[in-house]
Amino acid sequence: MSGKNDNWLLRVRNLTKIYGEPDENTLNLTGPEYHSNICPATESIVACADINFDLYPGEVLGIVGESGSGKSTVVKLLHFDMEATGGSAWLRPYANGHSNILGESGQKKRTIRNHLMGMVYQNPRDGLNFKFSSGGNIAEKLIMAGNFHVGNIRNRASSLLEKTEVPVRRMDDQPSSFSGGMQQRVQIAKAIANNPPLLFLDEVTTGLDVSVQAKVLDLIRELQQDLGIAMIVVSHDLSVIRMLTDRTIVMKNGRIVESGLTDQILQDPQHAYSQLLVSSLL
Amino acid sequence: MIENKKYTQKFNFAFIDEATKKEIRRKLLKAVAIPGYQVPYSSPEMPVSRGWGTGGLHVTLAVIGREDIFKIIDQGSDASVNACNLREFVQRMTNCKTTFDTKEATLIQTRHRITEEELTENQLFIFQVPQPEPLRGVERYEYKTRQMHGEADYAKMWVSLYESFVRYGDIMLGAGYPVKVNDRYIMAPSPIPRWDIPNLSHSKALFLFGAGREKRLYAVPPHTKVEPLEFEDLKFNIEGFQGSSCYKTGYKKAFLDELYFDDGSKHHVINDSNFLDKLSEKGRPTQHSNKYLNQLGS
Repeated sequence: MSGKNDNWLLRVRNLTKIYGEPDENTLNLTGPEYHSNICPATESIVACADINFDLYPGEVLGIVGESGSGKSTVVKLLHFDMEATGGSAWLRPYANGHSNILGESGQKKRTIRNHLMGMVYQNPRDGLNFKFSSGGNIAEKLIMAGNFHVGNIRNRASSLLEKTEVPVRRMDDQPSSFSGGMQQRVQIAKAIANNPPLLFLDEVTTGLDVSVQAKVLDLIRELQQDLGIAMIVVSHDLSVIRMLTDRTIVMKNGRIVESGLTDQILQDPQHAYSQLLVSSLL
Repeated sequence: MIENKKYTQKFNFAFIDEATKKEIRRKLLKAVAIPGYQVPYSSPEMPVSRGWGTGGLHVTLAVIGREDIFKIIDQGSDASVNACNLREFVQRMTNCKTTFDTKEATLIQTRHRITEEELTENQLFIFQVPQPEPLRGVERYEYKTRQMHGEADYAKMWVSLYESFVRYGDIMLGAGYPVKVNDRYIMAPSPIPRWDIPNLSHSKALFLFGAGREKRLYAVPPHTKVEPLEFEDLKFNIEGFQGSSCYKTGYKKAFLDELYFDDGSKHHVINDSNFLDKLSEKGRPTQHSNKYLNQLGS
């Protein structure tokens, strides 16, 4: 048992994000038992609390929950888009997993993010700079990782766009002239440009029409199989979770209410909320 | 009646009061200690509008002494309006000797050029800077550009160069080409032509930059490495004049201005007025030497 437990890629312990000024009872008065993440005494909002999980290399972990359950907050904290209130996280390729990445300086965090992480946001505008061409967006990620050869950058960018099925002749066009599905694929190309061992996907298919959704999901699954990237997939859509993930965490009111193998959760949900989610699946 | 000895003169020496001069000098010391770093300063009120050379003027007036010999150029010329007005102002406020001769001057203020003649250890070279923030073109928020400088996060700047290559086939930056100072800060060299950029590196003179409107000072100490941003396969280069030469002197190895005569014919003339004068009088002023210039014939 311990042998398997030791080769984790990402380890998260007690990850917490609270808005406002909590007191000592805030965590005890919020959560799924109270059907609320707002502390009645201090009115501080517990976006997520006591999040613990391990992610193994090449594994795909799903986080599912209704809106406001804190699932996006978890990946945003891990991607350093927001500052965590408490908790620690360790990433194996950084300092051999001995250093809490949430406690590092801004500069170190940026290095970690540029070399070891990729992020795909729900809205392409968050992940892409619409003033730059799509090739330029990918170049940004490559330059951050220390690549200063225009020829190499363009070769890498075109092979990435090919892989994500964006026509390579559109490489020098701005993403604003692309369709939503294409923008999302450019964003994926940018996220995997440095071969990161860890990729965050935050509601990637939400807002796309069904046929484009299927294509993007196919692409992600293909990339996962080809490159063996570990992923954290955040979605409110159980069919996305079922299609992509090995293990799933169910969140409600900022807490984890259930976690386990995806099949298991979908077949035999234990927590009342998971049962509700599964039963409302069309 | 008590005689007032303190206020026999209308102005303090060099116009600015001593406390403010001290403040500016302290900020300059900080700027020299961290090459390329923009130091905020007071930018006191001057009898010139901010943005018309006040930054350069502040630096000049804060460091000038009674023995200094002052030269000021605007776009290479000693005789253009901005230069003449500021020269007269500095002269009246300090009674210092002024000169056109680059070699004689101990303190040179400039707008948009470095002199063609080589600078020496005994000279201070002061730039008037309109926009001190090299990242402003890619990031409009000051708090973010400061963070980017703090963390040496310059990817956006590099992408803008990449984008320029993608759109136009080359890096289309004429004046104010961004440079990296001492392997750390990216700095706006003020809108000097690319021709002058290599002369910033490992200079014998101290370069001081003042941006009055933006209230920033920065510096390049002598013998400091200054590199233009360039990709491994997309190199920086200075302006070429397609073999044109100065119509007065026949000289090629200087930054040239384009002139149209009344009959419509096009001619080139050396931009640096003092350098042109010296060449016309058969003098042989020593030029800066850098690898780009050395490739050109005279």
